[in-house]
Amino acid sequence: MAMSLVAETHSNPDASRDVETLAMSNETGYRRFRAGKFHFARDEYFARLSWPGGTRTIPIDAFLRALMRDVAWGFFYGTVAFDGIFGTINHYGTVTLYAGKFDDAYRAAGRDYEELYDSPALMSLFREMLSDWTIEGYDPFAAPMETGTAWGKKSGSNEAAIGRQRVTARRMVGLPGDTPVRTDDLGFPVNRDFADVAQDQPLVEAEPGFEGEVSAYNLFGYLSRSDVTWNPSVCSVVGDSLFCPTSEEFILPIEHGNDRCEWFLQLSDEISWEIKDKNSGKPRATVVQKAGDIACMPADIRHQGFSTKRSMLLVWENGSSKIPELIAKGEAPIVAVTF
Amino acid sequence: MSSVVTKFGSLAEYEKGGVTIVDDNPRNYVFSNVFDVAAKSAPYERIAVGKNFEYVIEAFRAEGESAWYAAAHDEFVLTMDGEIEVHLVKLADPGVVDPESLGAHRLANWPDGAKMGRIVLRRGHMALLPVGSAYRLVATAPAAGIFQTIQGPETIERWAEICQVD
Repeated sequence: MAMSLVAETHSNPDASRDVETLAMSNETGYRRFRAGKFHFARDEYFARLSWPGGTRTIPIDAFLRALMRDVAWGFFYGTVAFDGIFGTINHYGTVTLYAGKFDDAYRAAGRDYEELYDSPALMSLFREMLSDWTIEGYDPFAAPMETGTAWGKKSGSNEAAIGRQRVTARRMVGLPGDTPVRTDDLGFPVNRDFADVAQDQPLVEAEPGFEGEVSAYNLFGYLSRSDVTWNPSVCSVVGDSLFCPTSEEFILPIEHGNDRCEWFLQLSDEISWEIKDKNSGKPRATVVQKAGDIACMPADIRHQGFSTKRSMLLVWENGSSKIPELIAKGEAPIVAVTF
Repeated sequence: MSSVVTKFGSLAEYEKGGVTIVDDNPRNYVFSNVFDVAAKSAPYERIAVGKNFEYVIEAFRAEGESAWYAAAHDEFVLTMDGEIEVHLVKLADPGVVDPESLGAHRLANWPDGAKMGRIVLRRGHMALLPVGSAYRLVATAPAAGIFQTIQGPETIERWAEICQVD
């Protein structure tokens, strides 16, 4: 069993399981979906969302990129904002579906709305939605220059793209029995934007009997072969300390409002992060990270990254199951270090 | 020949980004650069550049031979620049490090135990420093790296010196 990045630790019998896949539209060929009083439909260009007292229209390519991450990450840590209005909040066993909760104007007007769901129920609905709405030739995990478009009426599907298994090493990539090093033969060619990255492997000389412990691999080469973007995956583990490197190109498809401090170490190239207040959405800072820069995202912000040249980013998470309890008690630190 | 240029940093050449504040305190972002930290540290000083509860990322400059270290848990080393050799010994007495302790411990003496092996890491290479072993690092030329570990007696915190403060 691979180690999960986000563990489910809390259940709530009051959380709703009222989700439903609705009929297919004769006009577009896409199904509609319902979670409680939230309704989801797509047409040629847009995802159209509605809930009591509100509606939201999101370009379908952006919506599918966000939905892909929410599904792949198991609702991730904290808030996954599809845009400034709509998103999910992970409670690690239950999940809140919200609209306007983190927007001053919506809240002031009383237009904010939310419902609590059993995580597996909502995840099941999101998976069906992702499957039905992703057409042939469109890969919501890929950089825009590496995939077709999401536009148009229902035309095939792309289960191979949306069904990728998330990499979750138990100890370290490349160890016997752990997740393997990426190679051409395993279907991971070097990405076009990392064509110059060295592919040499470390020299490893293990004495007899220690082959399983004397181990190393080329992490940068491994990242150069990633076929997805903005998808941190566990590559080495010290207790709850998870190194989750990832390759990044274009825009982080969500605004991530983590519920805990989250560290970013830029391994190559450059990412610009726009930082907003988690609750109000007002700008707080811009963080530009170049190779070797390390920074911490406070727990009371939301962030979104921009990377023109495909870059390598080490996302560093603390996956401790104690942290949600600290968050619930208001005892989790907002900043990682005070000095 | 590829025209792509992937920019990595090095001890000799690195460029820092930074935090531009709209309405916040730059200290909240604990912003530093591992090459900058390594370049300004003594060889094998383990400078915390990231901290998440008890866990840390330590930056270091490798130059010459390090002391021998051991921990009561796995650690990992990632070479960010240059070449670093890792020597591993299986501790005959794992009790030389308190099994309840955290972080890397400097050993006073050459560790007693069987030789496990040798690893040569270049830029981007990561190695396991397994629990139950002792390790030392060797670099014939200045190199830089980071440890994924837990805060311990060898961890040095000098945040105000390494981080952007205004």
